[in-house]
Amino acid sequence: MSSLLARYADCVFWMARQVERAENLARILDVTHSARSERDRAQDWAAVLEIHSDSERFLAAHGRVDGEAVVHFYTLDAGNPTSILQDVSNARENARTLRPFISTEMWTQLNVFYNWLRGLKPADLAAPERPRLFAAIKQNCQTHAGITDGTFFRDQGWYFCQIGRYLERADQATRLLDVKFHRLSAAGDYQPLEAGQAGALLRSAAGYHAFRRLHPRGMVPAEVANFLLNDDAFPRSLALCIDEVNRLLHELRQRHRLRGGGGALEKLDGIQAALATRPTADILRTGLHDFLDWVQLQLIAITDSLTRDFFGR
Amino acid sequence: MRGNGSDWLADYDAGGFFCELFGRPGAPADHTLPLQQRLKQIPIDELRRRARSAENELFNLGVTFTVYSDKDVIDRILPFDVIPRVLSIDEWRHIEAGVIQRVTALNMFLHDVYHEQRALADDVVPRDLVLGNANYRPEMAGFDVPAGTYIHICGVDIVRDDSGRFLVLEDNGRTPSGVSYVVENRRIMQRAFPDLLDVFVRPVEDYGLRLRHAMSEIAPAGVSEPQVVLLSPGIYNSAYFEHVFLAREMGVPLVEGRDLVVEADRVFMKTTAGLAPVHVVYRRINDDFLDPLAFRSDSLLGVPGLMRAYRKGNVSLANAIGTGVADDKAVYAYVPRLIRYYLGEDAILPNVETHLCGEADGLAFTLDRLDQLVVKPVGESGGYGILVGPRASSTEREAMRGLLRADPANYISQPMVRLSVCPTLVDAGIRPRHVDLRPFAVTGRSTWVLPGGLSRVALREGSLVVNSSQGGGSKDTWVLV
Repeated sequence: MSSLLARYADCVFWMARQVERAENLARILDVTHSARSERDRAQDWAAVLEIHSDSERFLAAHGRVDGEAVVHFYTLDAGNPTSILQDVSNARENARTLRPFISTEMWTQLNVFYNWLRGLKPADLAAPERPRLFAAIKQNCQTHAGITDGTFFRDQGWYFCQIGRYLERADQATRLLDVKFHRLSAAGDYQPLEAGQAGALLRSAAGYHAFRRLHPRGMVPAEVANFLLNDDAFPRSLALCIDEVNRLLHELRQRHRLRGGGGALEKLDGIQAALATRPTADILRTGLHDFLDWVQLQLIAITDSLTRDFFGR
Repeated sequence: MRGNGSDWLADYDAGGFFCELFGRPGAPADHTLPLQQRLKQIPIDELRRRARSAENELFNLGVTFTVYSDKDVIDRILPFDVIPRVLSIDEWRHIEAGVIQRVTALNMFLHDVYHEQRALADDVVPRDLVLGNANYRPEMAGFDVPAGTYIHICGVDIVRDDSGRFLVLEDNGRTPSGVSYVVENRRIMQRAFPDLLDVFVRPVEDYGLRLRHAMSEIAPAGVSEPQVVLLSPGIYNSAYFEHVFLAREMGVPLVEGRDLVVEADRVFMKTTAGLAPVHVVYRRINDDFLDPLAFRSDSLLGVPGLMRAYRKGNVSLANAIGTGVADDKAVYAYVPRLIRYYLGEDAILPNVETHLCGEADGLAFTLDRLDQLVVKPVGESGGYGILVGPRASSTEREAMRGLLRADPANYISQPMVRLSVCPTLVDAGIRPRHVDLRPFAVTGRSTWVLPGGLSRVALREGSLVVNSSQGGGSKDTWVLV
């Protein structure tokens, strides 16, 4: 049984999170860019800032919300710690630390990805270029996931990598829903929606087609929320991500005889129990925001617990 | 006719220097004929295209060293020249025997310095030069290192003069670097020039295995399955790629000081399952920074208590502490005498004639001939602070004159060796550029030398300084069978 350096576990966990975060950001920017009306777009750019709790910082620097500036802020702004460039730069720094440990192909791809991003010019962010740019970013993140899947040796490190990825995805699902849902449900949680309205939310989570398949007759906000929270087959739903983290952590402890992780498992059980016992209708009635807030606090506590137990910090 | 491969070979002029590919007038290098034949088949444009793609690949793979400016972090590859430097098997056997002899003598010298000090008593080396040396570590006195080996990894810098003779320029017995380029350069050559490499060349890729084996040989007594780690200052170190490379090739964790703790004079690393014992540390951190309790107390890179654990014999360090006293540029001048003293043999690889400015004769000789000599500070590495007399301006020479008078013991001088050249692809075409050679010797219980070594090349026309910090590049080095 080979041991794993605590710092490596830490780095591989965060490397996966940072790439996942960059992918989600590219998704959100992509659908926001292609919103139909000017007015919607302005509101949506503001929502993107809210999702990431960046409104204050952004307004301090730019005065007002402007699509052009938001896109730059979140893609190439090296001074913004939540930009895609910064995420990928952090992921690459972690990968650099992990070079003796991860596959050469994982490192090379992140290195090339980062160097490409760093070489982009403001002109590459011009409106007509954006769809291609965001697609390329998403694809690079997915390539990372694919290379990891196909080349990363599956001992302890792989588990921490997967746990990081699913935790981040769970976090992103709650943020997306938190910010976008109240606009969807302005007319009521059960009022039928125009396809375009819910489309953007589902598309940014890559869930549009799956949702259509499940609900071919139309969509209401409550069903969209239920899908993003609770669907057990949708790879970006909160429930699926939490189940995966739970399963991976159990397996990791068992296979590698690790004693840590008990605190994190308790919190995971708590989220699972809440999702299993509370129908979405109930959550919507008592307040979606409060629920999502609670989930986010649990996710932070899970990360803290893993950090204490495994990462030697 | 442009683009014709044979063209550049016919145009090439080594400028009166010994050429590694063609030899010298009257003594052509027959062993490189097959390579010459193959090179002729490749038009120069094609050579350039493949050279570019090889350098791209090195960059993408991150075979780089890192340069820090005020606000930017820049990754640079060590410029790679695609025309290999070739050694015949006879040349190699000579070098190999010379390196083994030298490393053996240096290890015996270190054992002597930290025990009986016979060589000092017998006046083979001046006592002050050794005991007054900044790299002499009194903490090592009377301590027995496993297998009697102090310098486990040694990189001996060798040059070749006009007559084709190999000379030792420097011993690197602390933490010599560059071996990763040897192996990576070969990998890149195999990908970019499979058509050149169908001659049989001694392989280099088992360096990691050999090193790991040597590390096992020096494990503390009674440990049958030693946990080896590579200790690095971390990702901000300019040689970080090499640390990655070595850890990977040895199959051991790359740790930083913060990953290790010492409890009850035993060394442990922090893992996901708690503390796990560590038995051998290949450290790429200088003595000074290794243990803040024993050496520099402001070091954040080291491991508090490591020295105590080492002295207790609970952990082995490679290289040992205090080896710097043997690779000092002034002690270097005495190495041929040390070889004779300990081994009763003449040095197989002679030194470059060296004048110690700390001695009155040496200083007078140096001051008289500043325009003919190369002057080097004894404590520096990386090619810094060197005066190449024949190339220097009179202002530079006068400045050196002042330094020499102020602190003569800090300098040595040597005649300017007319370093051999190797055809090298530069903007102007294929031109002669000066090269050196750094073979790597690995010693556990016995010494093994990686066939070939790092050939560094001074890419600037006429330059004799091959260091990467001074515009040097590297070449794949072939030892033919």
